[in-house]
Amino acid sequence: MRVTLQLILKRMAAAALTLLLVSIIIFTITSLLPGDAAQAALGQNATAAAVAALRARLGLDQPVLWRYLHWLGGLLTGHPGYSYSNGLPVSAIISKRLPQSLLLAAATTVVSVPFALTLGILAAMYRGSWLDRALSTTTLAMVAVPEFLVATAGVLIFAVKLQWLSALTFVLDHPTPLEFLRSYALPVLSLCFVVTAQMARMTRAAVIDQLSQPYAEMAALKGVGSARVVLTHALPNAVGPIANAIALSLSYLLGGTIIVETIFDYPGLARLMVDAVSYRDMPLLQACAMIFLAAYLGLVLIADICAIVSNPKLRRP
Amino acid sequence: MSLHSGRRAQAARNGAGAAAESSADNHPQVLVKNLRVVAGSPGTPSVLVNDVSFAIARGEVLALIGESGSGKTTVALSLMGHTRAGCRISGGSIEVCGTDVLSLRPREILEHRRRRVAYIAQSAAAAFNPARRIMDQVIETTMIRRLMTGSAAREKAVTLFRSLALPDPQHIGARYPHQLSGGQLQRLLAAMALMSDPELVILDEPTTALDVTTQIEVLRAFKRVIGERRATALYVAHDLAVVAQIADRVVVLNSGQVRESGPTMQVLGAPRDAYTRTLLSAVARRVAQSVAQEPVVATSGASSRPPGEDNRRQLLLAVEGLTAGYGKANDQGLPSSLALLDISLAVRRGAALGVIGESGSGKSTLARVLAGIMAPARGTIRLQGELLEPRMERRSREQLRRIQIVFQHADAALNPAHTVAHILGRPLKLYFGLRGAARDERIAHLLDVVHLDRSIAARRPPELSGGQKQRVNLARALAAQPDLILCDEVTSALDAVVGAAILDLLAELRRELGLSYVLITHDVGAVRAICDEVAVLYAGQTVETGPLQRLDAANCHPYTRLLVSSVPELRSDWLEGVASASPGPAMPATASSKDLCRFLPRCPVRIEGRCDQQPPPLNRTQQGAQILCHQPANRR
Amino acid sequence: MNSPATPKARSELAASPGWLSPARWRRRRNALPASGRIGLALVLFWALLALLGPWVIPHPPGAVVSTTVFAPMSLRFPLGTDYLGRDMLSRILIGARYTVGLALAAAVAASATGTVLGLLAAISGRWVDELLSRLLDALICIPSMIFALIMVAVFGSSLPILLLTAALGYVAGAFRIARSLAVNLSVSDYVEAARVRGEGRLHIACVEILPNMVHPMLADFGLRFMFIVLMLSGLSFLGLGVQPPAADLGSLIRENLSGLGDGAAAVLLPAIAVATLTIGVNLLIDGLADHGRPEGGGGKA
Repeated sequence: MRVTLQLILKRMAAAALTLLLVSIIIFTITSLLPGDAAQAALGQNATAAAVAALRARLGLDQPVLWRYLHWLGGLLTGHPGYSYSNGLPVSAIISKRLPQSLLLAAATTVVSVPFALTLGILAAMYRGSWLDRALSTTTLAMVAVPEFLVATAGVLIFAVKLQWLSALTFVLDHPTPLEFLRSYALPVLSLCFVVTAQMARMTRAAVIDQLSQPYAEMAALKGVGSARVVLTHALPNAVGPIANAIALSLSYLLGGTIIVETIFDYPGLARLMVDAVSYRDMPLLQACAMIFLAAYLGLVLIADICAIVSNPKLRRP
Repeated sequence: MSLHSGRRAQAARNGAGAAAESSADNHPQVLVKNLRVVAGSPGTPSVLVNDVSFAIARGEVLALIGESGSGKTTVALSLMGHTRAGCRISGGSIEVCGTDVLSLRPREILEHRRRRVAYIAQSAAAAFNPARRIMDQVIETTMIRRLMTGSAAREKAVTLFRSLALPDPQHIGARYPHQLSGGQLQRLLAAMALMSDPELVILDEPTTALDVTTQIEVLRAFKRVIGERRATALYVAHDLAVVAQIADRVVVLNSGQVRESGPTMQVLGAPRDAYTRTLLSAVARRVAQSVAQEPVVATSGASSRPPGEDNRRQLLLAVEGLTAGYGKANDQGLPSSLALLDISLAVRRGAALGVIGESGSGKSTLARVLAGIMAPARGTIRLQGELLEPRMERRSREQLRRIQIVFQHADAALNPAHTVAHILGRPLKLYFGLRGAARDERIAHLLDVVHLDRSIAARRPPELSGGQKQRVNLARALAAQPDLILCDEVTSALDAVVGAAILDLLAELRRELGLSYVLITHDVGAVRAICDEVAVLYAGQTVETGPLQRLDAANCHPYTRLLVSSVPELRSDWLEGVASASPGPAMPATASSKDLCRFLPRCPVRIEGRCDQQPPPLNRTQQGAQILCHQPANRR
Repeated sequence: MNSPATPKARSELAASPGWLSPARWRRRRNALPASGRIGLALVLFWALLALLGPWVIPHPPGAVVSTTVFAPMSLRFPLGTDYLGRDMLSRILIGARYTVGLALAAAVAASATGTVLGLLAAISGRWVDELLSRLLDALICIPSMIFALIMVAVFGSSLPILLLTAALGYVAGAFRIARSLAVNLSVSDYVEAARVRGEGRLHIACVEILPNMVHPMLADFGLRFMFIVLMLSGLSFLGLGVQPPAADLGSLIRENLSGLGDGAAAVLLPAIAVATLTIGVNLLIDGLADHGRPEGGGGKA
């Protein structure tokens, strides 16, 4: 037990270290901005005095290392600076958008994970059958379909032609379940489309990898049925890889949401980030990027811990 | 035990007639007729098993003998209605206890496996699910069939554990596979198979992955439990000597066809088929040739010479006080886990030293240290008096040339991307600057020397057989014109017949080229075949060094005796006759206990109060042998 | 001892043309699975169009040639017109050239750099390896789309920056695979044998290790190309990728998005174009991987 705990702590420390490294990379790139942020914000016609004043207010006249530490400290205490474009605190802007993005992600997770696991495990149980082959080819193609095709096709079919669902996602204060469904169905389904395919494929691969181990053949040879071999023999050993597959697929959501939130004009964090890029609003961009990265590393860390806890070799050496 | 031998005698009588398969009064438990298994596409199938027929009477143990690729496992699995991916049964019939196996539907096949046939796989470590406790796996089928309550099933399992001589039978089931040793897992696998009181037990090479000293314990447990239950069994093996201990009758398979069948003693004693005779002659060499070979008679060239200057001049490789291991170094510069402890060895020019030990003895580490792949923590290696750098990067090219290494896995040691000509040409260019026609000529010559066809030069390793690959490996070593070749388990990945041919080749090369060898192996037979000196390694210590005859000397080290006596012999009563040491772990190699005898926990002749207190002294015999033991020579 | 060669197999070998090695001949015989062949056809189709684009376009891609916007398919405009009345076929042909060309260049850069760095990490000492691995492992944690957004925000979206962004965003993955391959190979017995023989590091890296990395790295290259296509079109779709007047497939979707309500071909066709390209690559890679796998399961008799 102590060894497991040590291992988990070690992984957490490594994740924290990686997050630190990543923050350095992001800060370095964003401070490579050609020209000067203050100049860019005020335009070419601004007086030198005005630019200098803004530089001082933004802290741009300080050395890079100090600025980094200041920024990092701000991130950790929840005050990642002020937006260049409208002067509002970044934390205030983000706190309005974050719940919307979390809602979208949660809805997608709830729909896609059980569905993908079922598909993947079914395909592994009946591997080689028509079901497996059909699933395999379909998911293979689905992985490669760009989100914008899924989303636009969805809008065309369900919103324009059939008029079942709304093309834009309105955030209502107290939606009825039906309103919620109408409003969220398209973005959630678009996101699920690609994520589910990837997760199902990786789940299938993880289970089949276990089924090719000698112990699975041994179980079959002692008269354990194939469904039982998959559920009681292969699955416990595939927990680690499957958790990893889920984490990787969900982290893929991060990229996907950027497109999907734009198409459906959804007021989430990803849209915010795209806007920040357009306005070159660095503090906002940095903060959004760090939230996404922390989410990604958190997911991977959880998957890692699942793998450690499910492995008896690490649990009881 | 007497009951068992009686059964054997009766079976032998039955087997006397060629058509014993279907004697009227005793309908066979298993009847296989004209079995044919193929793989590949229906248009161009490759035949794995062709026209195989045999029968097993109730209570009889039949051995299916063959080398890799003979189809023996395929036959065994087909009795359970199982074929591996890509294979299918295309003809013949299989009847087990009156049931036609090939006509069973999928559900009935499961029932067939749960009730009638049980399977014991070769690698128990791989056959147990690493994520589940042993007990859950052992009683799984019983629970599926709902034959008894969980507690009754567990009780039955514990009884089986006890009769298989497993340690702590009450609690061993609560453990996970990785917490147990290979020999224990193999016996637990047997317990799992016997839970359903099967009418037929299939044992598929159950001791092949084990060390010889462990193999004895497992074999003994199997033999007892089969005898007690009068079980009908199919024993699949490649090792004739093992088979001789346990089987009543034998079927010899080669390339999917039956070459010979009959009672064990008849087939092993008076084989009719040429292939069986080849197999037998490959086995015979590893056992002591005859009793006439008197122990410790100073006839070997090295020991007959007077010790002194002459010997020293002839010394090729001298190893002094080698200590090596893995993990972080402590404040004395010693690694945390020691694999080699104070090893000293000497190889004279033209001599062959056999370094023998079981898994975990440190013999592979020794090969790596000698080659310079791994640096020792202490100790020196001298080549003809010249001190070698510990790491190969710092050795001169000339020094590297003079010591060549041949790896265990011929497959992994040859780059699959290169042709044989490239592989052999590289050392020629590197060491001698040979190019063009001169190099091609030399390559052709090297292929001649290792008895390979010259056309092989254009091929790549994946297109070669295992034996051919090992010959190419040997040719590559020879290309450097070395003084010494380190052979690391060169035959252990090969079939007995192919391995024997490689050993013959090694002996021939030594005679003709005056090479010296360090042969690192677990196989006592390989050492007997080509070595004239021997060093016995146990848990990182050399417990004994000396001329080859030490292996059979009356006053050898207790571990040497255990090791040598554990090698199965073709006599059927060998297993009953051989003594055993209590199996157990070696002494942990910690800094505090590192001086004590490592064999102590398993030693049958240990002296309490002395062996566990003081480091063992090094005894020297007149013939130049050295033995690390407290016991006086006459009591070892 | 000789490898068994049936008379049939031998006659086939004899019949094979000289330029085909026996191994390649055998590979020909158990051909790609159907899905792999579909993938190959799609990839060849797009490669050909991207290559021939400028010579076969019926109209200049930037010229407004019709008074009807979102015109349906016709003989004059085989794929209709876009939101300004430009010929869609010409625009797609040129757009595909941007998408394929940019992604190909970025994928080559990412895979080649990744392979070289991976090999370097595997054969050099601990410090080089540690440094490269730490740095690139941090890079791999940044999802490529997020990375691209940051790069574009800072440096704008000129073609060289897009290329650099895509290459940098995917080099870490290539490095990780190359390094693990090279590390596995560098502890193999034949590399050990070469070291014991006294070979130099360069020889070991280039002659012993690299040839055995080529095959898996090529498969990885295909996947990397696919993801770069998806990322670049996504970026252009957001208006942050290839800038007007130039347009890749992603930009074409964005500029014609107003036609979505009418189901205009101008918005669906470029999307389908991207999808067929990426699906084609994915099917092809999967087919090739299947086919490289040895036939049948257990090798043991």
